[in-house]
Formats: sequence, structure tokens, C-alpha cells
Amino acid sequence: MIRWITIGILSLGLVGAAIWGYQEHQEKNAILIQAENSYQKSFHELSYYMDLLHDEIGTVLAMNSHERLSPKFVDIWRITSEAHSNVSQLPLGLLPFNKTEEFLSNIGDFTYRTAIRNLDDDPLTEDETKVLEDLYVQANDIKDELRHVQHLALENNLRWMDVQLALVNNDQTDNTIIDGFKTVEKQVEGYAEANSQSGLIGVSTKPEDHFENLPGKKLSEEEALDKSRKIFDINSKENIEITPSGDGADIPIYSVSYQNGEKRAYMDLSQKGGYPLTLLIERPVENKKLSLHDGQEHAEKYLEQFDFDDMELYQSMELNNVGMYSFNYNQDGIRIYSDSVEVKVALDNGDVLGVTASEYYSNHHEREIDEPELTEEEAREFVNTNVQIEESGLAIITNDVDEEVLTYEFLGTFNNDTYRIFINAMDGREEKVEKLGGKELKYS
Amino acid sequence: MRYRKISFFMVFGLFLLPLFFDGKEEAQAFSPQVIQHGAVGDDVIELQARLQYLGFYNGNIDGVFGWGTYWALRNFQYEFGMNIDGLAGQETKNKLVNASQFNEAYVKEQISKGNRFSHYGGTEGGQQQGGQAQQQEQNVPVDNTTAVNVPQGFSQNDIQLMANAVYGEARGEPYEGQVAVAAVILNRVASPSFPNTVSGVIFEPRAFTAVADGQIWLTPNEVAKEAVLDAINGWDPSSNAIYYFNPDTATSPWIWTRPQIKQIGKHIFCK
Repeated sequence: MIRWITIGILSLGLVGAAIWGYQEHQEKNAILIQAENSYQKSFHELSYYMDLLHDEIGTVLAMNSHERLSPKFVDIWRITSEAHSNVSQLPLGLLPFNKTEEFLSNIGDFTYRTAIRNLDDDPLTEDETKVLEDLYVQANDIKDELRHVQHLALENNLRWMDVQLALVNNDQTDNTIIDGFKTVEKQVEGYAEANSQSGLIGVSTKPEDHFENLPGKKLSEEEALDKSRKIFDINSKENIEITPSGDGADIPIYSVSYQNGEKRAYMDLSQKGGYPLTLLIERPVENKKLSLHDGQEHAEKYLEQFDFDDMELYQSMELNNVGMYSFNYNQDGIRIYSDSVEVKVALDNGDVLGVTASEYYSNHHEREIDEPELTEEEAREFVNTNVQIEESGLAIITNDVDEEVLTYEFLGTFNNDTYRIFINAMDGREEKVEKLGGKELKYS
Repeated sequence: MRYRKISFFMVFGLFLLPLFFDGKEEAQAFSPQVIQHGAVGDDVIELQARLQYLGFYNGNIDGVFGWGTYWALRNFQYEFGMNIDGLAGQETKNKLVNASQFNEAYVKEQISKGNRFSHYGGTEGGQQQGGQAQQQEQNVPVDNTTAVNVPQGFSQNDIQLMANAVYGEARGEPYEGQVAVAAVILNRVASPSFPNTVSGVIFEPRAFTAVADGQIWLTPNEVAKEAVLDAINGWDPSSNAIYYFNPDTATSPWIWTRPQIKQIGKHIFCK
């Protein structure tokens, strides 16, 4: 009797487990299919957009009228950004596919710059047409390769989930999709060099490329350690470590770290000249005793100590008992936005908890500033009349196409919002308009 | 009907309130600090309330000195013939205290109830508009501010999302290692080879292991959040890295081919 009951219960359990297992299996499959579908969508859209991109560039080459050119460029720009977002949704994180993404974004930059230009006054140069022709050929190759991969994937019913597994497990077995994408990447890599030589769609100039403004001689590790102890304000030779940077660094630096109890300090020091590029000190800040304004005085004193002259506060902000201050360099009354230093001050005792000056050191030099051709009154004419201008001044900013330009800076209000507007001091072009935020309703 | 009566008394009461408190105003005025753009706290609440009383400020009294407060203060300084610097120093505060009234308890009560009000105590007699329900009805914290400073272009939610990623990827790493991971996310946003948004970069398939294995949904601690804020404010201990990996667990041989910049804690950062 008991035996039968046991058997009954066990078989019920078995049936239950089977049903449960089946449901889990179904669920898992449903999720897998969903993930697979979203990968498939990105992949097929990507091939489609590359195809479209190729056609559109071809159309531009054949077009003659300027009125139609700008909209076409805008269209190409839009397509590259769609294709770009499709690439980023594919599970290619472990596959080197960044050259292709860069290629897309270079086309985007190039077409954007031409689209916003007045092509009537300033038509495409021969070089630019040449670049477009090159791009046309390259887009064709990429398109063909992708269409080929797509065809194989469809014919053999290949799945992106398998690609993902192969990438994770680092399988060396053949995977058509991975191989196809690797081929595409190889091709683009070849173009990248040719394109950067043409200079028109090169890599955008990063500020880190011109650290050459740093004077001084190269420091040895010992000298760097001495300097760090001075900056960290410690005497002991213990608990402090220093390592030089590797090949990938923009400029050779020493990284110094120090740990003592609750206090931890870290600093990047340029090997040449020993300039502190990044300083971070981590310790708890509990009781606020100083105001944001008092903190600013500490920050300014600190900057003076390190020979930052003519720095001007640009903004300040209180975050969890810490004051954050941004300073800009001011040359003869002209604010220079790219030469910026950020300082972080603990509002309990005024200690400086951090400085970041890599922007400053990579950009800073005495500039030859031309006299503005417009007066401030004339520049005001270029500002939207609905904006009420409250403050104004001269400033040098880096514009959309990475050039430093002299501008009139206007702070103005419109409908309770504050805007910062930059008007080119030479030709009155509206270089940049920003809506200033900086605070938000507390959600928690 | 009863409801009407009560609200009538409330409005009536508000007219009277300033009379009751008139004499004591000077006693509970500002602390001695100079208040400037970006400050938060009770002094800012008082500043905003007083500027609103005088009709210069018509935004929310939220305890955060933003642009609205800044222009209101400058206008006040202009109208009262003072040096226009946008700083609430001693002279400005004295003038404000003399010209306006501030009922701290009342204002804070309204803030904690989530009521918006304008021209409190002024010509319109402290009309208040209800609205904007807030969750924190009971146990009002000592902190009366209802807004927070955020770096330009970022929401608290972006910061939270990044803190989640940093915590999932780098908890247990030294502080600068956490800032560096946050900086890598931002460097990727700026890089042409990656998506252009924080969420795009974080959720890019196979980009971060913490996203793939779900560790991103652990609750981040304060340190991770602070690290994210530092990275957003410009600190980059990774020195412009766009990749990093843990040499003990990295599966892809390709990652070793990237030019390395430095190692912080367990992570190697590279270009």
C-alpha cells in the first residue's frame, strides 16, 4: 500500500518536473528568439543602409545644382548615423570592428561639414570631389562584402546567437558572419590610411595631440616621487607607488598612488616638466563647515601655488559637501574656454580634493588674438531679438569644426531659461548656442 | 462647504502671518556666508523666498542657486543701486532682510508639502498653488532642498545608470580605478567608433561584462556615484583610454594588441 502511494507521489513529481522543465525551455527559447530577432534586424538594416549610402554618394557625384546638394548631404549624414547605431547594436564588442564605425562617422563628419556650408558661395573643391569619389568606391566594396555575408547568412540560416557564443568561447572554428565582418574591417583599415592622407576626412584633432606646449625637462622617477610627496603633503616614503605609462599614452606620464588609512591619493604627472595633470584625493567629507564661496578662495589659492596665472572662475557647484569649481584662462580680458582647470574642494576644512588640468596643459599657449572686426553692438544684432541679453564679453571657443574662433559671448534669458550664445567676432556667425541647465528636481 | 471655510481661513491666515512674525525677522536671518551660484541649502531657500517676496524671483523655491536665482539677485542689486556681482554678500543680505520678510517655518512647510507658491507675502498675499505631488510627505529630512545640482547635460538618472555600470564593473577597485572606468564610458561617447549616448555605450552588446551577466543591476554605493560625478566633471585617470580589461579574465586575444596606457588596480587601460 505504502509502496503504491510512494510511487504515485513520485510519478506526480516527475510529471510536474517535466511540465515545469518544458515551460522553462519554452520561455528560454522565446527570449533567445527575441534577442536573435533584434540582432537580425540590426544586421539586415546595416546592409540596407550601406547600400543606400553607396547610392546616395553616387547621386551626389552626378548632381550639379547646389540647391539640391545640401539636402542630399544631410540625407547621407542621417544614413551614416542610422548605420552607425545599427553597428553598435550588434554583439561585436569582442570583434575588432571599430575601423568600420570610424569610417561611417568620418563620412558623417565630412557630409555634415559640407551640408552646413553655403555651397553657392563656397562650392565643392576638386579635392573634395575626389574624396567623394574615393568614398563612393569604398562604400561600394563594403556594401558588396556585407551583402555577400547577408546572402550566406540567409542561405545557411546562420544565427547571431551562435556568433555571440563563438565570440564568447573564443571558438576558432569557421563562422561565416565573423569572417565576413573581419574581411570588411580589413578593407576599411586600408582606406583609413589613404583617407587620412587626403586630410579632408582625417581624424579630428584631439587636444591631446598638442601637448608640445609643455616646457621643462624630463623627470626621473625619484624626482617625480619627491614632487608628488610635496603635492600630497606627506613626508614618509612609505605607502607610495609610482609607475610610468605604457605605449598607449598620449604623452609619457608617471602615475603615483598613495594609501594611508581612509585617505587615498592618486596623481598623473607629466614626465616632461612634472606637471600634475590629474590629482584625486579620496576621503569621506561629512560635516559641511565652509560655504561654496569660502571653498572658491581655497581653490584659487591652490591654483596660484601651481603657477596658474590669470585664471577666472567659470562655474561653481556644490555636490554632497564638495565644491566643484571650473576655471578658464583669461588672456587680456578674453576668456579662453579650452584652457580649463577643474578643482574640487572639501567643504569641511577646505582641502583641495582634486585638480584636473590636462585640458589646460594640452591647449595652453599665448595666443595671437586678432582685433574683432565687429563691435559688441554690431554683434548683438545677430542674437535672436527674443533673448534678453544680461551679460557679455569676449571669448575664444572651439567651434563645430574644431577651429578656435574669437567670439562675443552673450548670456541671456528667454522665457525663464538662460542661454549662452557665441557670435563670431569677425563675421557675426552664430557659432554656438547652449541652454544652461545645471539643476534638476530631486527624485529621491 | 466646510472645505471652503477651511481654505478661507487658511488664506486669511496667510495675510496675517507676516504681521505676527514681523518683529522677529532680523533675528533669524542668513548665516554669515557669501552665497554664490551653485550653492545649496537653507540660506539659498531664504534668499529665494526673500527675492520672491519682492517680486524678483518667480521660480520654485528649491534651495539650489541656479540661473533663475542668479538673474533675480542681479536685478535686485541693480534696482537697489548696489554693485552688481550676483553674489549675496553682507551688504546685499542686509538690504534684502530690510526690504523683505521671511517666515522660515511657513516656507519650509510649504516646500515639504510640495506646494509651489509665488510672491509669497507680497502684494498677492501669499497665494499658493497646490500641485506637484512629492513622495516625501512624512519624515521630512533635515535637508529642505527639493532640487539638486547636476553637471550640464546630465540628469541624475544618467549618473545613476553610470554608477550602476561602474559599481558592476569596478567595485572593490581603488577609487581612481572607478573614476577611470566611468571616464572610459565618457571617452567612448565622445569617440567616433562608439555610440553617442551614455546608455548606448553601456548597453552595447558585449561591451561590458557587468551588463552581460546582470551585475549592473546591483545597487551602487556612494563611492561609485562620486566617481561618476568626478569623471563627468572632467577627471580622467585613464588618460583617454577607450578600452580596459582584466588580464586574469580577458578572453579575447585581440584586446592584448591594443596599445596599453597604464594599469590601475586589476584593470589595464588601453587605447
